[in-house]
Amino acid sequence: MDLKDLYQEIILDHGKNPRNLGKFENFNKDAKGHNPLCGDKVHVYLKVDENKKISDIKFEGHGCAISMASASIMTELMKDKDQKEVNELIEDFLKMIKDNPDLKSNLINEDDKTKLMSLSGVKKYPMRVKCATLPWHTLISAMTNKPGEVNTEKDD
Amino acid sequence: MNIKDIKKEFPIFDNKVHNNDLVYLDSANSSQKPKVVVDRIYDFYTKEFSNVGRSVHYLAVAATNLYENTRVLVQKYINAKDPNEIVFTKGATEAINLVANTFGQKYLKEGDEILITELEHHSNYVPWHYLRKSKGVKINFADVDENGDISIESIEKKITPKTKILAITHLSNVTGAILPIKEIIQLAHSKNIPVLVDGCQGAPHLKLDMQDLDCDFYAISCHKMYGPTGLGVLYAKKKWLEELPPYQGGGGMIGEVKKEGITFGDLPNKYEAGTMATAQVIAFGESINFINKLGIEKIEEHERELTKYGEEILRKNNSVKLIGSPKNKGSVLSFTLDGVHPHDIATILDEDGVAIRAGHHCCQILHEKLGLAATARASLGVYNTKDDLDQLNSSINKCIKIFNS
Repeated sequence: MDLKDLYQEIILDHGKNPRNLGKFENFNKDAKGHNPLCGDKVHVYLKVDENKKISDIKFEGHGCAISMASASIMTELMKDKDQKEVNELIEDFLKMIKDNPDLKSNLINEDDKTKLMSLSGVKKYPMRVKCATLPWHTLISAMTNKPGEVNTEKDD
Repeated sequence: MNIKDIKKEFPIFDNKVHNNDLVYLDSANSSQKPKVVVDRIYDFYTKEFSNVGRSVHYLAVAATNLYENTRVLVQKYINAKDPNEIVFTKGATEAINLVANTFGQKYLKEGDEILITELEHHSNYVPWHYLRKSKGVKINFADVDENGDISIESIEKKITPKTKILAITHLSNVTGAILPIKEIIQLAHSKNIPVLVDGCQGAPHLKLDMQDLDCDFYAISCHKMYGPTGLGVLYAKKKWLEELPPYQGGGGMIGEVKKEGITFGDLPNKYEAGTMATAQVIAFGESINFINKLGIEKIEEHERELTKYGEEILRKNNSVKLIGSPKNKGSVLSFTLDGVHPHDIATILDEDGVAIRAGHHCCQILHEKLGLAATARASLGVYNTKDDLDQLNSSINKCIKIFNS
């Protein structure tokens, strides 16, 4: 194990200075996520337009560098994606964190893939996987208008 | 046996963690086990195993004697009046649930109040919470002060004519505050309020004397006392164990069972339904022997010295903020680092073989009060040394370097 794999520069940068942090007026979808084991919390806000495209996305929350960086990178990538693309990216990311060695989707460029792959370091730290995936599960919940809070201990 | 080279009595320290020596600073969570305890479990299963308290064959009689022998060891260790005041449970959590459930059932009614503190571990809050729904009782919280302490006055302020029981921790697992429980118990008793003490952190580190404390209930977690998991002890004054109803029904706890009715067994069987954690109980006897051989006063002194040293070096480290500075502090060092989340601290420390805990430590009420989502916590045991704390400090500096580079 190498800590450098986990705490890559991209993660430290996004962890310290998360992009799209905050809340905006007139969001039309949102969801909360919570990891009761460590207290990480995230609240994702979306503005989805009539073409089912995310025209704006922000998040509020607090947590470790991994969860903050994951939320930050996720919100950067999701802007201007439509529902189908959002689903494809979420699925691709979660599969990469779980089993796949890399990302398959053609929806994002190499730079963005590098950013996302910087989160792959958590694979060697099973207890930290939930830190990376919490914002993504919360995004799913917001997109699908699921009632209630995402809870990492109730995932299937 | 000498505390200075006690590490060698614990086989876990023969192992490397990420190619480093293990620096175990998570004893408030669970302590490591000395070889005598591990061996006792092996020996019992390989040479002496039988169920206890039922059959009359050779092994059953011997196992029963061993099992009951631990009860007496515990009784003497905590200076209880009678071995029948010692009930084995599956953990301190079950011990507190037992009291909340049976006491609630028999004595509480709508509008009654239970007093706990903001320092409590979830296991001394959640069991009482159920009584809100089933009995309509109210739970009050004594305020923790800015030092992470609970004063006698803060308890007194929250006592009302409706307060029916007081449940307090002996030693906070976050701020390290050692509560003046003897005075608190005297105060409560002067108002006819019985007291349960959550002794999870007290029992492994402090000399106990139930008769001197005069508490009504004291809950102990054996795995935090160099003993096996799956085992706890409830000390309760005999009068309570006689008055309260049984907690669980099953084999071993009965007197006579007929179709039209059941009578219950004598103490302590009344509260030990089903086959108990026999091997763990017997091995826990070795944990007590281990502590007795070293002397709990010596352990206290050793840990106090280390805690002081740890506080000193962490105070000198400008990036570290220690959580809680109570008057009387146990061997718990909770802290935060500017700009580094406790979870990240724990992962980075782990790489150096330094095991700490990060999170809310099952004390969300306290963390909310402190305005913190999480803290990092180094907690000490008999096997820790100043070198361990130096390593902690140097690994903390590594965290700061990674996050500030």
